[in-house]
Amino acid sequence: MTEQDRQRPDVAPGEPHDSLMSETISYVVGLGFALILTGLSFWVASTPLLWGPGVATGLVVLAIAQMGVHLVFFLHITSGPDNANNVLALAFGVLIVFLVMIGTIWIMGHMNANMGVGADLMNLQMQH
Amino acid sequence: MSTSQAAVIGLTHRASEDTGHGHRGPESKSIVVPYGFWLFVLSDIVLFSALFATYASLAHATDGGPTSRELFSRPTAGVETLALLLSSFVCGLAMIAARHRNLAWTQIWLLVTGLLGFAFLAIELREFASLIADGAPPQRSAFLSSFFTLVGCHGAHVTCGLLWIGTMMAQILAKGFQPHIMRRLLCLSIFWHALDIVWVAIFTLVYLVGTLP
Amino acid sequence: MNFVGKLTWDSIPFDQPIPLMTSIVIILGLGAILAWVTLKGHVPYLWREWITSTDHKRIGVMYCILAFLMLIRGFADAIMMRAQQAVAVGQSQGYLPPEHYNQIFSAHGTIMIFFMAMTFLIGMMNFVLPLQLGVRDVAFPTMNSVSFWLTASAVLLVNVSLVVGEFARTGWLGFPPLSEKAFSPGVGVDYYLVSLQISGIGTLLTGINFVTTILKIRAPGMSYMRMPVFCWTSLAANLLIIASFPVLTATLGLLMLDRYLGFHFFTNDGGGNSMLYVNLIWIWGHPEVYILALPSFGIFSEIFATFSGKPLFGYRSMVYATLAICILSFTVWLHHFFTMGAGADVNAIFGIASMLIAIPTGVKIFNWLFTMYGGRVRFSVPMHWALGFVVTFVTGGMTGVLLASPPINFVVHNSLFLIAHFHHVIIGAVVFGLMAGYNYWFPKAFGFTLDERLGKASFWCWFAGFYLAFLPLYILGLMGATRRMQHYDDPSWQPLMVVALVGAILILAGIVLTGVQLYVSIRTRDRRRDLTGDPWDGRTLEWATLSPPPHFNFAVLPDVHGEEAYWSLKQRALQRGRISDEPEYQPIEMPLNSPTGVICAFFATLCGFAIIWYIWWLAILGLVGAFVIFVWYAWRDEHEHVIPVEEVQRLERERRRIRTELLHTLSQST
Repeated sequence: MTEQDRQRPDVAPGEPHDSLMSETISYVVGLGFALILTGLSFWVASTPLLWGPGVATGLVVLAIAQMGVHLVFFLHITSGPDNANNVLALAFGVLIVFLVMIGTIWIMGHMNANMGVGADLMNLQMQH
Repeated sequence: MSTSQAAVIGLTHRASEDTGHGHRGPESKSIVVPYGFWLFVLSDIVLFSALFATYASLAHATDGGPTSRELFSRPTAGVETLALLLSSFVCGLAMIAARHRNLAWTQIWLLVTGLLGFAFLAIELREFASLIADGAPPQRSAFLSSFFTLVGCHGAHVTCGLLWIGTMMAQILAKGFQPHIMRRLLCLSIFWHALDIVWVAIFTLVYLVGTLP
Repeated sequence: MNFVGKLTWDSIPFDQPIPLMTSIVIILGLGAILAWVTLKGHVPYLWREWITSTDHKRIGVMYCILAFLMLIRGFADAIMMRAQQAVAVGQSQGYLPPEHYNQIFSAHGTIMIFFMAMTFLIGMMNFVLPLQLGVRDVAFPTMNSVSFWLTASAVLLVNVSLVVGEFARTGWLGFPPLSEKAFSPGVGVDYYLVSLQISGIGTLLTGINFVTTILKIRAPGMSYMRMPVFCWTSLAANLLIIASFPVLTATLGLLMLDRYLGFHFFTNDGGGNSMLYVNLIWIWGHPEVYILALPSFGIFSEIFATFSGKPLFGYRSMVYATLAICILSFTVWLHHFFTMGAGADVNAIFGIASMLIAIPTGVKIFNWLFTMYGGRVRFSVPMHWALGFVVTFVTGGMTGVLLASPPINFVVHNSLFLIAHFHHVIIGAVVFGLMAGYNYWFPKAFGFTLDERLGKASFWCWFAGFYLAFLPLYILGLMGATRRMQHYDDPSWQPLMVVALVGAILILAGIVLTGVQLYVSIRTRDRRRDLTGDPWDGRTLEWATLSPPPHFNFAVLPDVHGEEAYWSLKQRALQRGRISDEPEYQPIEMPLNSPTGVICAFFATLCGFAIIWYIWWLAILGLVGAFVIFVWYAWRDEHEHVIPVEEVQRLERERRRIRTELLHTLSQST
């Protein structure tokens, strides 16, 4: 962000465009994309045509794409300089979300593999 | 007072003109309030990420009980998704109407938003009830605990959103489109769109990935 | 139908003399204060000017008072533990039974972290941030009041547990399965969970409030790279609050679901996994360490620059180091449970990440040292604390690097070595920082300085007491003493335990001297008035206004022309030999006072107490009450009141007169 960019006023997150037309178009296009991506997700999950082990990854990619669509068309997050603060906050949030989820899944996976006591054994211990 | 004389020890402020250093001073409330709310929404999403991480860690801890493949129905999830997506869209329409100060359409679209949200909630509660009736309550296993908590927490947020929509409609009726009402409407729409984003993650990870063969 | 849930007369500890006596004394004391306030007719004043205040300075002061009270409470717990460990060896069981001792160490940790350190820091940030940013208030003044009162509500609940029921015996993080219903059926853990949830909400709101304030509400010309370092470190700390407190809320929420509704997140049966709790709570817990440490780094940065008479060395590197710590602190949480068995690869990566944090921290240490280098260092009380901090924090940090190495961690894990380490850094960085900040900003808040001699005496007691109390614990840890012992059998540990007790008594003397310092300073306040508003020859904008600042802080927002906004203003005025021309005054809009915060907290307390004791009708009543007050607040139309031009002009002219005099003395002396 250069000094020049700061001259323009910031916009609030989620602030709609000014013109009725472009605003409505944004929502309609967003809805269209979202419907397509949702449909695609459900199709990918149920079709036997795709390579099984890759489906889960594909679904995650589709979900992330759909979240992006929602952010851009519904929440009006853009790459413009007036949006820099909103995007930076979002980026920080996304970073934390990934750290929390990936870190936990990684750590807990290793914990369970190394320390995991089978559920049956655990239940045996707990029977007083 | 000339510019060169300004700001020696006594503090001066030239509000209208640019200071030449790229910062204009405090932002207006119409920026500050939604930005603060945006931060809240992000923190809420971090909360959900902890619940997602919990769900991912416990998804296979079924303790001999029913598994996700046996329990979840994709069509139900599909209908819920559709209801919430449309609700999010209609909420956008309500915002457009409010921006053009159209009272009737704002109220109508908000009502539709709320009704769609309510429909979503009703389907979800019916699903919960049937799970509990079928011997799959949250107390059955760690997996079900985490499922009910993750999805239930989203449902609780939708419930709060519905309360908020109701309150907002009453406020618009009573006060019209005052600036602070508009700010709250904007926050409401951010909240509602964010809930839809969380739901995208839920239907993908819980209902689709969880029911893969 | 049962109207009082689990509450019975047995909940009050008639059979335990220590808590009973303490609670009687506290209740009598509180009652006496309340009676005095009411009889003297101070209630309307307190209600109008403090309880319902949305002024960030007032709220900050109330936070600090609350934190001081909690410091005393937490320290009482500490000295009881030290006394117990000094005597409970071999045949002697000491004077505290195990179930009481366990409550004490749990309460000590919880209170010191959440209600002393956090509360104190938030109080300081509240008071200082808007002043340093050159603005009139935080972004959300009413929400600020709500945050404070929610914190107060949580404090109240924790202290009610002294009188009604019990506190948790599970340590300050309440690890399951011990904290599960099966092993802790009492209300202690519920007190812990509910009060942390309430204060957690308050803290989260504070975080949002301050980040918004720093990013969106600054004086004209104050671009990011011109903000004082305290603002930067506060920004980082509050970003961490926003990112980590939701995880705490979620984790404690899951444990509550386990306890209240029989879910199976962390239980031994039903597929639950107690390791998951440890993982989740440390995702919050490690950033929390930096939420505490970063703002105090900021306080020290301000103090080093001011008392060395030099700009901070390496301002930019300070900012980058702060941000690096902010991100890195989210990638190291596993080092709190190396021994739980994640395996060598996971341990190695988190171990290396932990050691990496030493790099930006080292950058900061060198910056502080170089700030002093070549400066005219004034050894006032804040500078004493700052120097004590550098010594203590460097050595404490080095034991941290030791602990970050998994093989060493396996040896000393859960021993008194660990206890010594984290007290070393938390007291060294946070408590010293708070005491430094308290001495530094007190004149700004109240218009008179604190006594220097007593302040230094207090510092030396704390400093010596700290080393006496905690260095023995390192040795004891290496000798095999574990943490949280109510009793031990090895008599060779006792001498060191006694030394630690002596250290704790010295710290007590330090606390008492702080109290005496305050008392003496108030008594002699007429001699120590800060008439200039700038008692330390400061460099940041809070020193540009009067002490205490007027309600609106600045009659006209300052116009910032560089780093160290106020210092450059002063220098230019000295060159010109006069202060700036009088601007045109405008009426100022300030937020109205609001009872929303205190009423919210009232319902939160009701609701929390009801949940702890399973009084469900009261819990629902509390929630409904909170919602109603929320809507009622949302319904009002008046948000601001206007301070008329004449009032602004009167106060500002007074300030300008003082400034002109100050300028004359300054130019005569140079």
